[in-house]
Amino acid sequence: MDKLRYERPSIKQMNAGLMNQYGLKTEYAPVLDIDGVPVKKIISEYGSPVFVISERQLRRNYQNAVRAFKTRYPKVQFAWSYKTNYLDSVCRVFHQEGSWAEVVSRFEYQKALRNGVPGKKIVFNGPDKREEDIITAIKNDSLLHIDHFDELYLTLELAEKLNKKPRVAIRVNMDTGIYPMWDRFGFNYENGQAWNAINKIMASGKLEFTGLHTHIGTFMLVTSAYAAAASKLCDLAYNFRIKFNKNIEYIDIGGGFPSTNTLKGSYLQGVDTVPSIDEFAEAITNTIVNYGFKPEDLPTLILETGRALVDDAAFLLGTVLATKRLSDGRRATIMDFGVNLLFTSYWYDHEISPAQEFTQNSEDMVVYGPLCMNIDVVRENINLPLLQKGDNVVVHKVGAYNMTQWQQFITMRPKVILIDMQRNVHIIRETETLDYITELEKVPQHLTETNL
Amino acid sequence: MKLKSNIATSETGFIFNPSTGDSFSANAVGMEIISLLKKNKPLNEIKKHILDKYNVDEAVFEKDYDDYIAQLQFYNLIDTM
Amino acid sequence: MKKDKVIKNKSDKIREVTVALTGLNAIDSPGPGVAVIRCLKEMPDFRFRIIGLSYEALEPGIYMNDIVDKTYQIPYPSAGTESLFNRIKYINEKENLGLIIPNFDAELYNFIKLVPKFEALGIKTFFPAMEQFEKRDKINLFDFCKKNGFLCPRDKTIVKIDELKIPAGKFGFPLVIKGKYYEAAVAHSFDAAQKAFLKISSKWGLPIIVQEFIKGTEINLAAIGDGNGNTIGAVPVRKLYITDKGKSWAGITLEDKSLIELAEKFIAVTKWRGGFELEIMRTPEGKPYIMEINPRFPAWIYLSSAAGQNHPAALVRMAFGEKVKPYKNYRVGKIFIRYSWDLVTDVEKFQKISAFGEI
Repeated sequence: MDKLRYERPSIKQMNAGLMNQYGLKTEYAPVLDIDGVPVKKIISEYGSPVFVISERQLRRNYQNAVRAFKTRYPKVQFAWSYKTNYLDSVCRVFHQEGSWAEVVSRFEYQKALRNGVPGKKIVFNGPDKREEDIITAIKNDSLLHIDHFDELYLTLELAEKLNKKPRVAIRVNMDTGIYPMWDRFGFNYENGQAWNAINKIMASGKLEFTGLHTHIGTFMLVTSAYAAAASKLCDLAYNFRIKFNKNIEYIDIGGGFPSTNTLKGSYLQGVDTVPSIDEFAEAITNTIVNYGFKPEDLPTLILETGRALVDDAAFLLGTVLATKRLSDGRRATIMDFGVNLLFTSYWYDHEISPAQEFTQNSEDMVVYGPLCMNIDVVRENINLPLLQKGDNVVVHKVGAYNMTQWQQFITMRPKVILIDMQRNVHIIRETETLDYITELEKVPQHLTETNL
Repeated sequence: MKLKSNIATSETGFIFNPSTGDSFSANAVGMEIISLLKKNKPLNEIKKHILDKYNVDEAVFEKDYDDYIAQLQFYNLIDTM
Repeated sequence: MKKDKVIKNKSDKIREVTVALTGLNAIDSPGPGVAVIRCLKEMPDFRFRIIGLSYEALEPGIYMNDIVDKTYQIPYPSAGTESLFNRIKYINEKENLGLIIPNFDAELYNFIKLVPKFEALGIKTFFPAMEQFEKRDKINLFDFCKKNGFLCPRDKTIVKIDELKIPAGKFGFPLVIKGKYYEAAVAHSFDAAQKAFLKISSKWGLPIIVQEFIKGTEINLAAIGDGNGNTIGAVPVRKLYITDKGKSWAGITLEDKSLIELAEKFIAVTKWRGGFELEIMRTPEGKPYIMEINPRFPAWIYLSSAAGQNHPAALVRMAFGEKVKPYKNYRVGKIFIRYSWDLVTDVEKFQKISAFGEI
């Protein structure tokens, strides 16, 4: 006789005040494949945990964003935000689609060059540009976005030394009605600092002033803040036109569009509340188009969208290491991935789906990572089926900031694979090895012997 | 290990503790164990019954069983010896 | 009592409709569901099958078999529109719903998002669109009022404790310190305002909304708009007694043209669709300040029907595309007194709704 399928015995108190089980039903639905490639097959071939990136979704997101802006505005250019995800394969997908590169360090700058981005299509942002970085950027004719007066003076000095006229923009910070205001980057609009910087640049005659840049925040949930930002940049561009009788070539509105992840502490689901790219595009382009520029004077609009293009294109597949019971009776599930790989679990209630069929029985649980550290909590409370050791799960929307902010901490980082448009699977980053990690270490002579 | 004598169970997987007023629901295996406990079956018999009927390793079941009994204790459904 | 004449005179036909509604929590801080059902039951030309939609297993309406035919649990708003829609789809397959009437503020966002999907299933709704819904949100209320010439307490959104000086200087004390989502405290001194700022911001985060304190008489107004700017009905009520949770214990219908005009103006400006409640503070000088706008019927809506304006009935008719003649009158001096009544049932029913999500 065939034996029945086993499910571990479970009992639940029927509590009047607690969330009813219909509350979380979508999280029960198993996710058995990604872009048609079975999850189980991926794990058996590439191990667990493993990051999976869908090339199809990357391209779809990019094309959708381009459509949203280009149907509303004549001159649009995207620049891929390297810090969001700088795996070469991811960057190259966006570059193939036509995206420039937006970098904030020498490391990222070099990566962009290696990915075949011409120097003049690299936007160089951030407060950390060393002398040699600025020299490289000037020689390559990159777009230097100046962050502070110290950098402005250094750039003036280097321009003279190199006898070149670098293309520069200034980063502008401003009150757009949102909190916190990112006034640590760039020159302030309201107190006249930004206008002052522009005047200094123009007075020097050594720099070619090409654009205005801002980046008002991250995971922005109101489109009106972008309208406010665009309007203030237009003010600057307009005043510039009047005083210097020249047009600003571009307005770079930065990034900050959210993905549909659900922020911790938010009552409604991200999927339902996050404005679409079209809504952001509408707010931004409407402001610029209606500002009053002559059609031929309209500046190019640069966007440094990162998160919204990459987050939902990546998944983290993992495995249950153990389940246990906490002192207060709660169930705890220990996964083979934790905050070391999933940095964003500090910010989001990541959606986690089982990767195999289950019954309707479920339980509330804490999801822990494998680190021997108390901070390693992936979800503080989630209702999932009765998971067992060895079961697989899929974590959704992990493409932004995880593959750059992950830590080599306690354990090594796993493979990252890419499923291409034809559903072929490629390893785009190998599992780290002990040798890879220790390669840069040096042991002094007197410590070579341990003699235990 | 003894289920409290006044615990009421229903076919549909409900458990009611008349002395506390608490209601519970259990899954199929959970319900089966409760009904065996109700009949005062000893552990080895319960184990044999489940291992015969379901596709599960002895070690896995033993761990789950201990956890389940701890839950029943937590919910005050079992007389502590 | 004046009954709705619109359909009655036209034909004697009884229409059968299955209507699903939420807000069955007729408890000390009640939802309006049970009162809405009572209003529907007074429509002579309709026969309703009432489907309750509940969030919790102990909502009294679930167990009121004389007025609720069947109840289904639905997911909490925080679970998102996808799970809500899947659940409604399931319920619709079993019950063939004609109309849904949501009765909670917190759930309305998701219901508004799902209107096109409900329509595709043939389920009617009659509530405001997202734009109107968001305008009356706590955060946007002052701007809305200022723009449209309504009186509303002035407020200032702040993120730093030092900024308390600004509203303190502008509005004077007492001040109302409000959290982003929930909780408010009345502070009579700067010290108390600082304490409230710290307490509320540590719980609900920033920003904090600091509002001018308006002294006066609390008046509530139930009204309904047709979505084209016309007022179908409006009944003002003064709270006679308030519970320690700030809920009405008893209320009386008032005669006050200025209040009706206020509702009419609000509906004309917003083109409000469906029922709502205006919470008003009338100062000793007689100025009506809008304190809050609830995008649903109030829990005391049965009083409007008893006073001659059956707003839920009008909603049903408009949802089904009928032209409804506005109510012009209501009886003044009608009083509601809320009372509690212990309903007795068996544990099996509680178990069933808890475990199976329907009963």
